[in-house]
Amino acid sequence: MELKEKLIASFMAFENLVDIDLPVHDVRSEAIKQFESQGFPSKRDEAWKYTSLNSILKHDYSVFPKRENHIDYNEIKKYFIHDIDTYKIVFIDGKYSSHLSETTHDGIDVCLMSSALTKPKYRLIIENYFNKVATKDSLSSLNTAFSQEGAYIHIPKNKLVAKPIQIVHFSTGNEAALLMQPRNLIVVDENSHVQIIERHQSLTDNPVLTNSVTEIFANKRAIVDYYKIQNDNENASLIDSTFVNQKQESFASVHTFSFGGKLTRNNLNFYQNGERIDSTMKGITIIGNKQHVDHNTLVHHIEPNCESHQDYKGIYGDSSTGVFNGKVLVDKEAQKTNAFQANNNILLSDKASINTKPQLEIFADDVKCSHGCTIGQLDETAMFYMRSRGIPEKEAKALLMFAFSNNVMSSVKIPEIKQRITKIIANKLGVHIGFDL
Amino acid sequence: MLKINNLHASVEDKAILRGINLEVKPGEVHAIMGPNGSGKSTLASVIAGKEEYEVTEGEILLENVNIDEMAPEERAHKGIFLSFQYPVEIPGVSVTNFMKTAINETRKANGLPDMPANEMLKLIREKSEMLEIDRKFLSRSLNEGFSGGEKKRNEIFQMAMLEPKLAILDETDSGLDIDALRIVANGVNKLKSKDNAVIVITHYQRLLDHIVPDFVHVLFEGRIVKSGGKELAHELEEKGYDWIKEEVNA
Repeated sequence: MELKEKLIASFMAFENLVDIDLPVHDVRSEAIKQFESQGFPSKRDEAWKYTSLNSILKHDYSVFPKRENHIDYNEIKKYFIHDIDTYKIVFIDGKYSSHLSETTHDGIDVCLMSSALTKPKYRLIIENYFNKVATKDSLSSLNTAFSQEGAYIHIPKNKLVAKPIQIVHFSTGNEAALLMQPRNLIVVDENSHVQIIERHQSLTDNPVLTNSVTEIFANKRAIVDYYKIQNDNENASLIDSTFVNQKQESFASVHTFSFGGKLTRNNLNFYQNGERIDSTMKGITIIGNKQHVDHNTLVHHIEPNCESHQDYKGIYGDSSTGVFNGKVLVDKEAQKTNAFQANNNILLSDKASINTKPQLEIFADDVKCSHGCTIGQLDETAMFYMRSRGIPEKEAKALLMFAFSNNVMSSVKIPEIKQRITKIIANKLGVHIGFDL
Repeated sequence: MLKINNLHASVEDKAILRGINLEVKPGEVHAIMGPNGSGKSTLASVIAGKEEYEVTEGEILLENVNIDEMAPEERAHKGIFLSFQYPVEIPGVSVTNFMKTAINETRKANGLPDMPANEMLKLIREKSEMLEIDRKFLSRSLNEGFSGGEKKRNEIFQMAMLEPKLAILDETDSGLDIDALRIVANGVNKLKSKDNAVIVITHYQRLLDHIVPDFVHVLFEGRIVKSGGKELAHELEEKGYDWIKEEVNA
C-alpha cells in the first residue's frame, strides 16, 4: 500500500484511540480531507521543485509505535544541553517519557499537547490558538490530522522564564521504519520571554521520518528565541513546519542548525500582525555525503514599521545538495518595513550543489528591502594566510568555516548552545578548536 | 640558514622567477628591492609555500633541508614567517584566539604540549606592549576593520609571538605613517638576534633607515641583477630603477 493510502486508513484506526467528541477532532477530520485531496507534494509543486520526497516516502513506516521504550539518561545525555538547568519535554518513539522530562505548571505551563487537547482547563487556549497559524498545505494537514502529542507551552503575561525549555525526540529503532508527527503549540503572552531548544535524534540506523508542526504565538512585546539543532543520522529525515504569529512590538527569532539527517526540509513562516515587530530567521547548514537540506522561509509583513532579518549560511561538501527559498512579502499597508535577507554558500566539492532563490513581493512604496545570495569556495588567500602561521589545512578550513558562520552564531543568546554548536561543527570537521567562538 | 639555488617559479604557466640565487645566514638582514612586477612578492610567497606557484627548477633549502615539498604550515613549523603585504580579514576569530591556535599548532608539530594559559597571556601582554598595541585590539576579529597601519602592526605582533628563524616582511612599510613605521621597525629590531634572519621586501629606502640591511639585492624580471651593501638602497632611492634596467639590457 502506498504511504498515502496507509495514512488515510490509519486515520480511522486513530479515531478509535482518541476522543472524537472533542472540538479538536473536527479540525483533525477536516485536515485529513485536506491531505487526502492534496497528497504528498511532488517536484511539480513550485515549493518542492528542488526537493524530492520519493526516496523517503518509499518505506513502510509504522504510524503507531507498538510499545513504550525506556532509555537510560546516561546513554543520551549528550543530546541534551546538559550543563545548564532546563525544563525538558522528551519523547521516545513519539511517546512522552516522564522519567526523562522535567515539566512544570508553576506559573507557566510546560507540558504535553495530549493533556492540552483533552483537559478542560486548556480549552480556551486550544480554541484560540490551535491550528490557527499553521497553513493547510498537505504535510501540515497530515500532521494536524494526527495531532495528539508534542509540547504544549503557555507562558502567561509578564513572565521571564529563566530556564530554557528543551523539546527532544528520540527514536529507538524498535520499529523497522517509523513515522512521527509531533505537534507543538507555544503561546507567549504579553511581556513574557522564553527560550526553546528543539532536537530530533535517531538512535539507530532504521529509517525515521518526522513530520513536525510547531505553532508559535508571540503576543504583544513578547520575546521568543527558538533554536533547532538538526544533527541526526543519515537515515533520519525531518520535515519541520514552524509557524510564528507575532503581535505588536514582539521579538521572535528562530535559529536552525542543520548538520545532519538524510533529508531535512525547514518550512519557516513568520506573520507580522502588529507594528514594530522584529523577526529574525538565521541558519547554518553544514552537510556532506548525499545529504539534503532545504530552507523554505516566508516573512509576511502585514503592518507598518516592522523589521525582518534573514541570514542563512550553507557549507556543502561531497554530493550534498542545498536549497534556500526565501520569500519576503510586504503588504501595501506595511510602510517603513525593513527587510533583510542574505544567503551565502560555500561549495567544497564539484558535486555539491545549492539552489538559492530569493523572492521579494513588495506592494508598499516606502520600504527598505535588501537581499543577496552568494555561492563560492573557501578563500584560498585566507587559507594560505592561516597556514603560513602554522595552522594546518584542516584546522584552517574549520576556522574559515566558523568565520563564515559567525554572523549567525553571534545572535545566539545562550552560551551553552554556542559551545555545543561549535563542538558539533568541530567534530564534523574532525578538528579540535582550543577556544570558544 | 636559507639557501636558494637557481629558483624558477611560475603561476599558470607564466614564468615569474627565472633563476634566483640567494643565501641568508643567521644574524643577517637582507633587503630585496625592485620595480613593480619584478617578482618580489612571488619570491616571498614561494618561500612560504603558496601552492598556486609552481617551482619548475631549482631548490630552496632551509637549514640544509629541501623544503620544496612542504606545506605552508610545515614551513611555518620549521620557523619561516611571512608578513603579508595585504593581511587577510578573518571575521569571527579574535587576534588572541588566532595566535593561540597558531602557537599551539606549531608546538604540537614540534612535539611540545600546549602553552599553559598563563604563559600565553604573559607572552601576549609582553609582545603587545612592545608593539604598542591596545589590549582591546586583541579581542577584535583578526584584521577585520583594521586600518592599514593596524594590520601591519598586527603582522609584526604575530611575528613577535611566533619568534621565527626566518622572517620575510613583504612591503611591511606600505600604508604606514611615520610613527607606525618606527614602532614596527623597533619591533623587528628587538626581535633580531644572531640566530635568526630577516628578509625585507620593499620599494623604498625609508624602512631601511630603521631596519638596516646587511645586504641589498635588486630583483628585476625574476632575477637578482645586482647585490650590494646598504648604500645600494640609497643609490636606488636617488636614481630610481631605470639605470638598473639599462644595465641589465645593455
